[in-house]
Amino acid sequence: MIHLDGIGKSYKIAKRQTGLRQAAKALFYREHTIVHAIKDISFSINQGEIVGYIGPNGAGKSTTIKIMSGILMPDTGICTIMGYTPWKDRTQYVQNIGVVFGQRSQLWWDVPVADSYQLLKDIYKIPQQDYKNTLNLLIETLELQTIIHTPVRQLSLGQRMRCEMAASLLHNPKILFLDEPTIGLDAVSKMAVRQFIRTINKEKGVTVILTTHDMNDIEALAERVILIGKGSLLYDGRLEELRKRFGSHKTITVEYKNNPNPVHIPGAATLSWSPQRAILSVDTNTMKTSDLITELSSQVELEDVTIESQPIEDMLVQLYKEYRV
Amino acid sequence: MRVYGSILKLRLLVGFQYRTAAIAGVATQLFWGFITIMVFEAFYKYAQTPPISLKELIDYIWLKQAFLVFITLWFRDNELFDLITSGNIAYELCRPCELYGFWYAKLLAQRLSSAFLRCFPILFVALLLTKPYNMTPPQSFSAFLLFLTALILGLLLLVSISMFLYISVFLTMSPVGSLLIFSVIGEFFAGLIIPVPLMPEPLQKIADLLPFRWTADFPFRVYSGHIPVQEAIMGIVIQTVYTIILIWLGRAALNHVLRRVAVQGG
Repeated sequence: MIHLDGIGKSYKIAKRQTGLRQAAKALFYREHTIVHAIKDISFSINQGEIVGYIGPNGAGKSTTIKIMSGILMPDTGICTIMGYTPWKDRTQYVQNIGVVFGQRSQLWWDVPVADSYQLLKDIYKIPQQDYKNTLNLLIETLELQTIIHTPVRQLSLGQRMRCEMAASLLHNPKILFLDEPTIGLDAVSKMAVRQFIRTINKEKGVTVILTTHDMNDIEALAERVILIGKGSLLYDGRLEELRKRFGSHKTITVEYKNNPNPVHIPGAATLSWSPQRAILSVDTNTMKTSDLITELSSQVELEDVTIESQPIEDMLVQLYKEYRV
Repeated sequence: MRVYGSILKLRLLVGFQYRTAAIAGVATQLFWGFITIMVFEAFYKYAQTPPISLKELIDYIWLKQAFLVFITLWFRDNELFDLITSGNIAYELCRPCELYGFWYAKLLAQRLSSAFLRCFPILFVALLLTKPYNMTPPQSFSAFLLFLTALILGLLLLVSISMFLYISVFLTMSPVGSLLIFSVIGEFFAGLIIPVPLMPEPLQKIADLLPFRWTADFPFRVYSGHIPVQEAIMGIVIQTVYTIILIWLGRAALNHVLRRVAVQGG
């Protein structure tokens, strides 16, 4: 359905040193640097997948999304989505996609949300009956009943984001690009947005490509992740795979009766220690957790034990480090 | 076609939200109209053979005040400027519409919705005023039709000119400069500061060469009868030609800049 092959895009950026003299010099001569936003990105996505597209800030996530939605023209490479080349067949192609840019707005600021929807209905030439059905479904799943007749400027960020999302789906797109849809939202709104993405993916078979910095989004939604850093593709595969490779560390917090001697377990690292409490880290590939606890209970009188898998965030930090991005 | 109707409707809705702005606009236009008429009246007292009669001039001024949003280049859509400079244009590019037509409709709708709320009260008051400040009704129905055609074509022409302003922002990222240049040159040669017939001969020649005169000076003088029917029909042809050429050029220019556009950040 989506196929990218060797996509690259670079920007020409004027640079200058700080200071008045440099500024004056830049009036006559400007140095430019070529920034490779992305280089040689290739992947394929099948219909009905939810793909998490992750990477640190400035990795090129948004650039890729923009290329895939026909806004930017790449310098190199081939991109075919549903048989179209996005930037060439833009007007026909965009009929089939929905895009949400978390940091931008597509709704008219001064008028009620419903009026913006009405315009979108005409722009996409949605038949009245289809429009009604889709809108009702969206109103129900995104709980828009109370806010759809409010002018956009009076909505909270969470409410607005739900409305934006509905606006991108009015024309029943087959692919949905979400560029940081949960940015700045509170926990409840995030849950609502996630739940909604899951629903439309299951019920309508919409293919979803999602960029985010919130790993909970990825964990809740995406089975497949594509990781990019500094413009290059680093990892493309299942989330569990990634977890297996990098998530073998477990953190164990133990509380025990007063014990003046520091606990020491061979094979596990002590992250912090106090007479009542210790935090240890263990690599499950080299030592089983149960062995560790047995060992611990022989040294101290245990009161409480908490075992945590490594949070996916830490995993990513480790991953970014490993790939030096 | 439906899209364009829809945009117009939405624009009207936005316009209706700002009633106070419309009322303030009407008051300002009326006040300004009076001042301009009084200034010209003073000049005309000592004029020997004016190239345009005071009566025609007063019609001209009231029409100018009523349809100000049809004819001024500084009347702009800040939303479009914001779209370009902030990168929200990303969304516009995800729509299955050609951007030129879409924006043309937006700009047209903005001017129409704004004029809709302002022109009728001003025309109403101007027609009811006492002599010599009043505006005279059109001389005949056919003259009125001619004026209406010229006015609408003038509006279409103006929107196609103003489109270049928005296109220039893609390159400069700030509307200030182009806005200044466009409005100063455009408005002067459109006859908004002094009517074209009152300009010195050489300036009139320049005004004739530029498209601006056809947006304001021409339709208003058709109304007052200062431009005879034969000449008016010829003018309408010129307006049409100008509009077609400018739309064609604008479209090519916009498609050209869009190919190089880079929506950065976020």
